[in-house]
Parts: sequence; structure tokens; C-alpha cells
Amino acid sequence: MPAPSWLKHEEQEMTTRYTAEHEWINRDADSAATVGITQHAQDALGDIVFVDLPTVGTAYNKGDVAGVIESVKAAADLYMPISGEVIEVNEALRNDPSLANSDPLGAGWFFKMRVNDPAEMEQLLDAAAYDALVKRT
Amino acid sequence: MAAEAALLNTPLHGLHVQLRAKMVPFAGYAMPVSYATGIIAEHLHCRAAAALFDVSHMGQVRLTGADAAAALESLVPGDIVDLGVNRQRYSFFTNPNAGILDDVMITRRDNDILIITNASCKLADIDYLNSRIGQQCSVEPLPQLALLALQGPKAIVTLSRLNADVGKLAFMTGMHTQLNGADCFITRSGYTGEDGFEISVAADAAQVLARVLLAQPEVKPAGLGARDTLRLEAGLCLYGHDIDQTTTPVEAGLAWAIAKVRRAGGARAGGYPGADVVGRQMATGCEVKRVGLIGSQRVPVREGAVIIGSHGDKLGKVTSGTLSPSLNYPIAMAYVAAEKASVGQNLFSEVRGQRQPMRLTTMPFVPHRYHHV
Repeated sequence: MPAPSWLKHEEQEMTTRYTAEHEWINRDADSAATVGITQHAQDALGDIVFVDLPTVGTAYNKGDVAGVIESVKAAADLYMPISGEVIEVNEALRNDPSLANSDPLGAGWFFKMRVNDPAEMEQLLDAAAYDALVKRT
Repeated sequence: MAAEAALLNTPLHGLHVQLRAKMVPFAGYAMPVSYATGIIAEHLHCRAAAALFDVSHMGQVRLTGADAAAALESLVPGDIVDLGVNRQRYSFFTNPNAGILDDVMITRRDNDILIITNASCKLADIDYLNSRIGQQCSVEPLPQLALLALQGPKAIVTLSRLNADVGKLAFMTGMHTQLNGADCFITRSGYTGEDGFEISVAADAAQVLARVLLAQPEVKPAGLGARDTLRLEAGLCLYGHDIDQTTTPVEAGLAWAIAKVRRAGGARAGGYPGADVVGRQMATGCEVKRVGLIGSQRVPVREGAVIIGSHGDKLGKVTSGTLSPSLNYPIAMAYVAAEKASVGQNLFSEVRGQRQPMRLTTMPFVPHRYHHV
């Protein structure tokens, strides 16, 4: 059993930032961060059946499309939350895309990246601002 | 948004909300796309047991009068005049080019003919029926009725528990009867490829009946999302996507629904809009045809994807597709150049600029399990 997502949410709150595209990014070490989609995003998409992950070693600008998420009903783009280089992708997610539904904040992460400019992270939404955004939609 | 404020609700709206359905706008109605378990679980439950769908957004229209059957035959290529009481046929309204205006289910009953139309076409259908045959028979829309679909291999077990008479029904037949004290007209038909029933019942009795059905151990609710993936696996067309005013029944692979008596040489050959086009296409073939495609990768291939032949030539376009929940690989319907399409042939679909290998196959993708007698 994965830990309940609300617990992870609490634990991550301090170092995790969110985007209006319903992704989260979590600082791992000095220049590395992990990216995934939020609970709200997985719920809105429904059953996720396919993910197209970025290629390791590729550099992207903030806002670039870095991959695709396909649910039974529709396809959605995966955006780069901030600028940087992809250094690892979640092969387990590629093999079992439903991880993004069952544990979006944990085992369902999408990729790890090297952050160009840590200040870009601070411009993203904190947990309270993201929760407020979700409540408005 | 103003458009959402104007959405209509079906008689089961309160039940959907209580079941925490994800509601979406569809053909002017707020409809459940899925419930708590999600599309895949609902889909698999329908294939394994029984699923209850609210399809009250669809049109129900009755024709009455001595000339109703003959009048209807002037608009559709089916055999309606000789259709026995309580027998049901799949047919379509065609335009003068043989394009499909709507695909419908037609049932001859004791005192009338019942037509079930697509939700998105129902207002246009009613206008069309009134203007074309309104002088020859009475055209009566039935907005006071709800429509429930109970689909799946256990649907017969569930419904027999409420009324053993339904066991007498064969595929594509119907009967007036009662369920839980409510008058119903039940047909043994549906849109999933499974055995199952569609239940026409008064709107004010529908929610109580739906709750009784959902209380049966085999039954779970399913939304429009599962309805779409189920019908796709069954190879059944979705109006506005796989068929429309620009596709003919022959191109769509629906010539089986053109009654022998209405074909060239038949006693009542032709006599519906576009009959000349249909006759020509049945005799000499058509340029494009609807085919089934399966993919070997797990990438869903959706509406609009271009189909490319092994020599890089563009062959056609996908009209609907998904990752099949039952088969766990992509399935799609497409229109392709008829002379370049044969079963077993390898081709490609283009998804986000990348070619996905696919194979042309027969439909249905998942075998039908209708109750023939």
C-alpha cells in the first residue's frame, strides 16, 4: 500500500511547488528536482493508459512540452515547470501508467531534472496558492 | 459559462450527483462520463457482469396511424412495412446523397412505431419527420420518458429477478411489461456488444427503477466514457464521428442494414433518399470504406490521426479510437481508400508526428454476445 497521498502532500509542502498546469516539482538536492502531476490532474484525466516521457539528456525551457499523458478519454501535454535538463525518467511509470492515478505524488512521478535557476522554482505556486487555484476551477 | 447553465438534466440527475459521477456536457445535457471507479473498471464490469447506463438524453419518438410504416419507409432503407410486432431494426435516415442524417433503432409495437434517435440529432429528426411524413402519420416526441440501458452477460439474471417474462425476449425484440410496478417497454438490444436491455420508462418512475437495478448484486453504474469504449470494441459506429451526413451506409460498412426488399430487384426497391447512390455503391463498390485497425504499441490512436500505407502514401483518417480496456492494445475505426485496404494488411497511423504500426482487421474487435434464439 502506498502512503496516503494527503500525508505525502503534507510532507512535501515545504519544498514542493505547483504550476497552473497541475504539475508539482519537488527539490531533491541542490540542483535536482522531481516532477509529476497533481492529485487534481489525475482525477480530472481519469484512467491514465499511456505516458510519453522526455528523453534523458534533453534540455528544455520553462513551458516547453516535454511529454504526453493519455487517459482513456483524452491526451494532455506534460509541460516543463521550469527550465533545465531531464536527467532521469520513471521507467516504472512507462510500464504501468496507472501509477500516476494511484500515487501521483509518489511512485507516479514523471521525471527528474537538473534545475538551471533555482529562483525559477520560487516563482511557482506554493501549496496554499495551488489549493486556492484548484478550488476556483 | 452561459452554455453550461443552459444544460438539461435527465430524470436521473439526482442519482448521478449522489453517486458522485463526473458530469460533462453532452448534446445539451449534463451527463455522467464516469463514476467513482473510473471508465476502465466500469467497462470491464459491463463485460463481466452488468452495467446500468442512463441514456435518457436520447430521443424517443412514436409514429401512429395506418400509413406510419409506409411513410417511414420513404425515409429509411429498412423493411418497416413487414416488420413484425415487437421486432426491432437498426436503420438510418439518409439524405439525397445517401449521407447519414442519423442512425436509429426502430421497433414496431402493437399500436405504434417507436424510434430511438441519437441525442445530438433528436430535434433535427423530429423536424425532419414532421416535415417529410407529418401529413401521413402522427409524429409524437416522448420527452416524458426516460431510457435506461442494462448491459452485460448478467443483465438477464438481474432483470429476470424483477420480471421473469423478459427471458422470453430474443435479441432485437421488445415487449410491454412491468418492472418494480412501473410500466416499461423493454427491448433486448444495446450499444455494447453484450447481451442486454434498453428500458423505456416514465421519467417520474425512472430514478426509483434505477435504484432498484443498482441494488442488485451484479449491477454497477457506468457512464458515457465506458459506453464509448464498449461500443468501439463492438465495432459499432458513433454518429458524428464514424458516420455523418458525408458518409453513406455502404462506405460505413452498414449495407447489412439495407433490407433485401429495399435493394435492387426487391419488391419495394429504393424509395428512400439517396437510394440511387446506395444502389450504385452496392453494385460497383465505393472509393472509401470504414475499417478496423489494431495497434501493437500501447499508444492510443484517436480521431483525426492520419493513416499511412507501407509506401508512405496517405490512405485515410481515424474517426474514433482508444486503448481497448478489454484487449489492452489500441483499436480504431478509420475511413481508408477502399482499393488499398485489405484485412491483415500492415500500415501506420501518425500520432504526434510519429508513425505507429497498425494492422487492418475485421470488426468487432471483441466478439458480440447477443442472445439469438
